[in-house]
Amino acid sequence: MIGDTLELIVVAVDDIASSLRHVRLAAAGGGPLPPAAAGANIQLRLQGAARTWRNAYSLISPPGRRDAYEIIVRRVPESRGGSAFVHEVLKPGDRLVASWPSNLFAPQRTARHHLMIAGGIGITPFLSYVADFAHSGASHALHVCCRESETGTFAPWLQACGELHHYWDADGHRLDIPALLARQPAGTHLYVCGPAALNDEVIQAAANAGWPASHVHCEHFGAALSGGTPFTAFLSRSGIEVEVGESESLLEAIERVGAAAPCLCRGGACGVCVTRVLEGEPEHRDHYLGAAEREGGELIMPCVSRARSTRLVLDL
Amino acid sequence: MSLVFKPEETFRGDYSYRNSDAAILRFPFPFPEDRYMYSVNIEPHVRSGPTDAFCRPFDIDEHYIAECRDRALTLELDPGRCQVLPHMMTAQWDTLELLMENLAADYPEQFSLTKEGDVFGSRWTWINRPLGIEQHFIFGDPDTLPCEPFEYITRQAQGDFAICDQREDNLYLDAGMITSQADWSLAFNVGMNFMEWHGPVPLAHQAGVFERALKYLLMLRLGQPVRRLNWTMSINPRLDTSPESYPEWGPDRASVTVENAGGKVHLRVELQTLWRLPRSNAILFPIRCFLISIEELARVPKWGKRLYRVLSSLPPELAEYKGLTRYLPATLAWLAPLDDSAQLATGIGPDITELAPL
Repeated sequence: MIGDTLELIVVAVDDIASSLRHVRLAAAGGGPLPPAAAGANIQLRLQGAARTWRNAYSLISPPGRRDAYEIIVRRVPESRGGSAFVHEVLKPGDRLVASWPSNLFAPQRTARHHLMIAGGIGITPFLSYVADFAHSGASHALHVCCRESETGTFAPWLQACGELHHYWDADGHRLDIPALLARQPAGTHLYVCGPAALNDEVIQAAANAGWPASHVHCEHFGAALSGGTPFTAFLSRSGIEVEVGESESLLEAIERVGAAAPCLCRGGACGVCVTRVLEGEPEHRDHYLGAAEREGGELIMPCVSRARSTRLVLDL
Repeated sequence: MSLVFKPEETFRGDYSYRNSDAAILRFPFPFPEDRYMYSVNIEPHVRSGPTDAFCRPFDIDEHYIAECRDRALTLELDPGRCQVLPHMMTAQWDTLELLMENLAADYPEQFSLTKEGDVFGSRWTWINRPLGIEQHFIFGDPDTLPCEPFEYITRQAQGDFAICDQREDNLYLDAGMITSQADWSLAFNVGMNFMEWHGPVPLAHQAGVFERALKYLLMLRLGQPVRRLNWTMSINPRLDTSPESYPEWGPDRASVTVENAGGKVHLRVELQTLWRLPRSNAILFPIRCFLISIEELARVPKWGKRLYRVLSSLPPELAEYKGLTRYLPATLAWLAPLDDSAQLATGIGPDITELAPL
């Protein structure tokens, strides 16, 4: 089990709701895929006509499944193209290059109880959590905030869920986060995955209620907008200057000109793409650098962060 | 690679363990330069390396059968050498799968694994020919094995194994099969985090080595294992140099003379690898121990000379931490005549393909 990239083939696509597409992927050469853990994601290289996207998606297949990977992609109106590509272009028989699974949001095995709060498409990592907990017998509950019309959308993946609640935006149906947190047993681990506003609200409510930070876990997805005002990046080691457009990330611009840039999550969480800033002022949008490192201004996560200055000089 | 096992050799009592010429030449000698200092010396664990010992994910050699027997003896005397905390069951199955798949792929004459499926609940058959084992079991069901899956498979592998659970941006030593350790105790360390169990190591903390190593390991990726070498020395070819059995081996340190150092003093090298486990997201830490007497080692001229230079320039804190102080002078006196001060090539390979006959 040693490897870096996978050749996948699209086995099936089907629309499970108006903006949700379920995609099933198998090994292009046949044979088993690497197993993955609950909460894992794969990064897909989506090759469009004019450009390439590298998007990370949570695996919703049960942990350890090796015959196929499954993902669910929501088409986002403000999409920079990746999700639109999956919805409009991707079809069975297409081949894709993917990373091996990685995991920045694994369940905590020592938890006495797992409390999951999902917002919208943020439910996807919890679909594999539920399969994991159903097998291990771990105590768990899933609280889903979604549109009223979508409360049944994920039912096929939630058959084994121990405790399941849905909430939507109508009187009597909204999630009371402080009340939910207040009735949890000691030793509970809290996981939240959803839009930034929900994540922030849950994390703040947990802090207010005295939860230790070590018991609160958040998966940031899509929220870290990587576009913004255009600027120039100069890669000092390779001597290349690149214009970073308003709808692409610094990392994407670096990749576009062919410079080597290691990366993993592409969401400002993992720290793999951390790069030294030699000149210029970064605008930090990541979840990785500490306060001191941000203020120091000598490091940047190019996958999400940009520049306050018109020009950045990077040690790349 | 053809393997001829030496099932009768021993790692205690009469210490009949010896290395063949081939085993000497494949030894993972740990010193690329004439001086040694701690570093985060981690590299990808790929299927290649300076000697054959590096070339397979999980190495098996001529000592396999004897080493498995020595592990069984140690466990009989002290079952606490294998401990697994309750939340590590998924990681146990990950370990079993990883070891069985790799051993069967790399040593098809010795091992075979037949699966009716890959997911928990599938029927698997494992055959270990050197140890005469044929086991039918259900992957994911511990009741279908004679003992828990981690103990089951690590009783059939060379080297120690630890599993670290990852949480709170740290690694916790929550499982281990530790019967060939360089004087540390699983019973003492189990449950500790990365910074706790490295607490006693001198000099490296000041250099920030452990903070960097931890940050690196937290990001370790599935499919991209890494490796490093660690080393110490042992008197006699003894696998079980644990604190628990110290009375049995500690006094041997006082028995070394310039005359007997060549056969008694052994270089003990750990080829440590680190693997992200797929289902549990834990990290498997195999510690494959290789033992070689300095007499055997010195049959590779480059290694004999280099060992002398490394040991004679070793910081005293390190010599003390590794427990070498007492017999270091005799060892150096034995090695000194080998060193002609010739310049040695950088790197750890033997730079010869055959040993001069004895």
